[in-house]
Amino acid sequence: MDTTGTLFLPPQNSTIASEVDFLWDFIYWASAAFFVILGVAIIYFLIRYRRRRQGELTSGKSHNVPLEIAWTVIPTILIFFVFVWGFQGYLKMQIAPGDAMEVKVTGQKWFWSFQYEEGASTVNELVVPVDQPVKLLMSSTDVIHSFFVPNFRVKMDVLPNRYTHLWFEATSTGEYDLLCTEYCGTGHSEMIGTVRVLGEREFTEWLEQAGGMGEGMTPAEFGEQLYTSKACNTCHSLDGSKVVGPSFLNLYNKEQMLTTGQAVVADENYLRESILNPQAKLVAGYDPVMPSYQGVLKDQQVDALIAFIKSLQEQ
Amino acid sequence: MSNAAATAAVPSYLQEPKGIKSWLLTVDHKRIGIMYLAAIMFFFFVGGALAVILRTELFRPEQILMDADTYNQFFTLHGAIMIFLFIIPSIPAALGNFILPLMLGAKDVAFPRLNLASWYVYVFGAIFCVASIVLGAVDTGWTFYTPYSTTTSTSVISMTLGVFILGFSSIFTGLNFIVTIHKLRMPGMTWFKMPLMVWGLYATAIIQVLATPVLAITLVLLIMERVLGVGIFDPAMGGDPVLYQHFFWFYSHPAVYIMILPGMGIISEVIACFSHRKIFGYKPIAYSSLGIAFVSFMVWGHHMFTSGQSEIAAMIFSFLTFFVGIPSGIKVFNWVTTMYKGSISLETPMVYAVMFLFLFMIGGFTGIMLGALALDVHLHDTYFVVAHFHYVMMGGTVMAFLAGIHYWWPKMFGRLYSERWAKVTALVIFVGFNMTFFSQFILGAQGMPRRYYSYLDQYQPLHGFSSVGAWVLGIGFVIMAVYLTASFFNGRKAGPNPWGALTYEWETLTPPPQHNFLKDVVLTHGPYDYDKVTVVGDFYDKSPTDKQHMAGKV
Repeated sequence: MDTTGTLFLPPQNSTIASEVDFLWDFIYWASAAFFVILGVAIIYFLIRYRRRRQGELTSGKSHNVPLEIAWTVIPTILIFFVFVWGFQGYLKMQIAPGDAMEVKVTGQKWFWSFQYEEGASTVNELVVPVDQPVKLLMSSTDVIHSFFVPNFRVKMDVLPNRYTHLWFEATSTGEYDLLCTEYCGTGHSEMIGTVRVLGEREFTEWLEQAGGMGEGMTPAEFGEQLYTSKACNTCHSLDGSKVVGPSFLNLYNKEQMLTTGQAVVADENYLRESILNPQAKLVAGYDPVMPSYQGVLKDQQVDALIAFIKSLQEQ
Repeated sequence: MSNAAATAAVPSYLQEPKGIKSWLLTVDHKRIGIMYLAAIMFFFFVGGALAVILRTELFRPEQILMDADTYNQFFTLHGAIMIFLFIIPSIPAALGNFILPLMLGAKDVAFPRLNLASWYVYVFGAIFCVASIVLGAVDTGWTFYTPYSTTTSTSVISMTLGVFILGFSSIFTGLNFIVTIHKLRMPGMTWFKMPLMVWGLYATAIIQVLATPVLAITLVLLIMERVLGVGIFDPAMGGDPVLYQHFFWFYSHPAVYIMILPGMGIISEVIACFSHRKIFGYKPIAYSSLGIAFVSFMVWGHHMFTSGQSEIAAMIFSFLTFFVGIPSGIKVFNWVTTMYKGSISLETPMVYAVMFLFLFMIGGFTGIMLGALALDVHLHDTYFVVAHFHYVMMGGTVMAFLAGIHYWWPKMFGRLYSERWAKVTALVIFVGFNMTFFSQFILGAQGMPRRYYSYLDQYQPLHGFSSVGAWVLGIGFVIMAVYLTASFFNGRKAGPNPWGALTYEWETLTPPPQHNFLKDVVLTHGPYDYDKVTVVGDFYDKSPTDKQHMAGKV
C-alpha cells in the first residue's frame, strides 16, 4: 500500500484508494500520450508548414474516412473502459459491507460531531479501528456540508433533509484530515477535523473510555439506553408481547421452562449468563438465534441491562 | 475588392451617424456589438481584479487583506460577474453581434430593435447585480445553493433578480441569431457553405433559447422561497434542497456550452485562415457542435455525483458525460489536421488559437477524470474542479475570445495593434495562466477543497505559486489593455483584409460602412476554399505605397 503519495495524489490509506488511483493513472497516462502526440504534431506543423511564400494555394483535402473513423472509435473505446471502471469503483464505494461498524455523523456550522452506538460521542475527531469497514450515517442540522477524507478517497454530501451514507476501511493507523467540501459560509474553511485510525485493541480501549459508562445516569437508565443502542429492542419487547425472544416485562425472578424440561428462576445470574452465553439455558418455545454479547458488552453494561430488566416489574 | 476609391467617400459605421444619441439609440448590429464589447470588457476587468485580490489573500493561509466573510463575498462576485456578465455574453453578444451579419452577407440581424433591447436588458440586469454589492454583497457562491442561499442574510434577491434579467438579454440574442441564420444568408450560402463560426453561434443560440428559461424559473423560485417562504427547497416544509441543484444545473451545464461553442467557432475560423488551408472535416465540426448542444441537456447530474442521487442516475449521467467528450475530441483532431500541409502564419490570433488547443486539451482530459464516477468522488468540489473549469473557460473560451478580438480588431476599428507587444503579451498570459491553474490541479488532487478562505499548511507552497501566477496573468492583461488602447487611437491603418481570409466579413470596407456592404453580396467561393482562391493579406503590406494590398483573387 502506498503510504507516501505521489506528486498529484495523497497517500493511500483506505481499501478503495488504490482502485481510484488506478483509474487516475490510466486516464493520466492515456491523456499524456494523446497530449504529446497532438502537441508534437501542432509544433511540427507550425514549423514544417510555415508560410514561405505569400499567395500560394494549399491542398484542398478535407476528408480522410479511415482517419476520421480511427479518431472517433479509439477514444470511444478508451472512454468506455474509463466509464466501466469508474462505475465499478463507485458501486464499491456505495455499498458498505454488512459487518461495517456504524457511526452517526452530524454536520453543522461549523463542526462535525460523531455518535457511536456504544454511547461515545466526539466532536471533530472520528476515531475508527484499522482494517475494519466503517459506515457513516450522515445528516446536517442546517445547510449542506460534505464529508471528505482525501487519504481515503471518499466524499459524500451531508444534507439537512435526509441521511446519506459513506463507508471506508482504513488500512493504516494514523491521523488523516477530514474536510468540509460543500461551501457552508463564514467558517467553511475551519470545518476541518481529523480521522484517527487506531489498532483494534487501542480502539476498543478508546471506545470503552470515551463511550462513558452511563455517568450521571442510574444503572437502570443506562440500561435503557443500551437496550436501544445495542439493539436488544429488535427481539425483546417491553410490553409482554412475544417477538423473537421473551419480553423483558416482568422477566426478573420469573420461573422459566427450558427446552431441556428444567425450570429456572430468571435471577441476576441467569440473566447475565443468557446475555453472554444465550444458548446455555434456552427457554422453551424460542429458537437459538441470539448472538453472544461476550466481548461486546462490558461488565458495567451487563450490570446496567440487568438493572433495567429488574426495573420492568408491573406492580 | 477594388474598393479603395470608394473607401474615402463612404463613412464607416464608426463615423456616421454622429453623436452619443446615435450610439445609444442605434439599431446597427456593429454598434451594439461594440457597446456589448465595452460593457463586457469592463466587467472582465472588474472580475479579473477580484480574482487577483482573492489570489493575493490566498498567498498564505492566514489573513492578509480581508476576513472570511469579505472573502466569501469576493469569490461569489468573481464567479457571478465572470459567468453572467462576462463569459456568457462575451463571444455571442459582443463578437457574434458584430460579425454574424457580416459573415452572412446581411445588412443586419433579423430583429435590430430586439438586438438593442437585449443590450439595455443586459445593462438593467447588470445594475441589479452591481446593486447587490452595495446592499450587502452576496456570499453564496455563484451557484446560489439552497438552503444556504435561502438562509443567508446577504442580498441574494438583488443578485438573482439581476441574473434573471440578464437571462432575457441572452434569450433575445439567441432568438435573433437563430432567425438571422435561417433567413438572412446571402444568395448561394447554403447551410454547408456557412462559416463554422456561424454553426457555433447557431448551436449556442439554441441552447440559450431552450435552457435559459429553466434558470429563470429556478431563480424566481429561489426569490419566492426567500420572500414568501413557499418551501419548495426548504426541508423544514417538506421541500428538497437537492431539487434546487437539479434545476440549477439543468441550465448551468448547457450554459457551459453556451460559453465554449462560439469559442470553438472562432478557433475554426482562425486556424483555417492562418493556415490558409481548407478546414479539415467541415461537417464533423458543424455536426459535433449540434451534437454537443443536444447532449449537453442530459448531463447535468454529473455535478451531483456526491449529492446523494441514486446510483443508477449517477451511472447514466456519467455515461452521457463521456459522449460530450467525444465530439470535442473530434474537433481538436480536425483542427490539428487542418494545419497539415497548410501555409501557416503565426500572427497573434493564431498564437491564441494554438494556446487554446493546448489548454483546451488539458481541460478536456481533466474533464474525463471528473466524468469517471469513482475518481470524481475524490476530486469533486476540490481545486481540481476549479482548475478544470478555468482551463476550459479561460484556457478555452477566453483564449478563443482573445483570438477573436485580435482577429477581428482591424475590421472593428480599422486599425492594427502592435504585433510584437501582442505576441509578448500572449506569452505572458500563457505562462501566468499555467502557473496559476496547473498548480491548482495538484492542490485539488491532494485534497484542497474549493471556496476555502484559509487552508492547512501543507497546501501553502502550491497556493503561493498559484498566486504569483495570478499576478503574472494580471500584468499580461494590463499590457493588453495598453496596446489595444494605443491601437484604437493611433494604430497603423488596416486594409480590408489583413489576414487574406476568405469569409465575407473581409470583403467589405474596413471598418465596414453602416449597412455593411456597398452592394449585395453573392457567394462566389466557400469560406475555406484556400485550395482554389488565394488572397494576400494586406497586413503584410508594410509600405502604404505598395499596391499589393489590393491584390485580388488569383
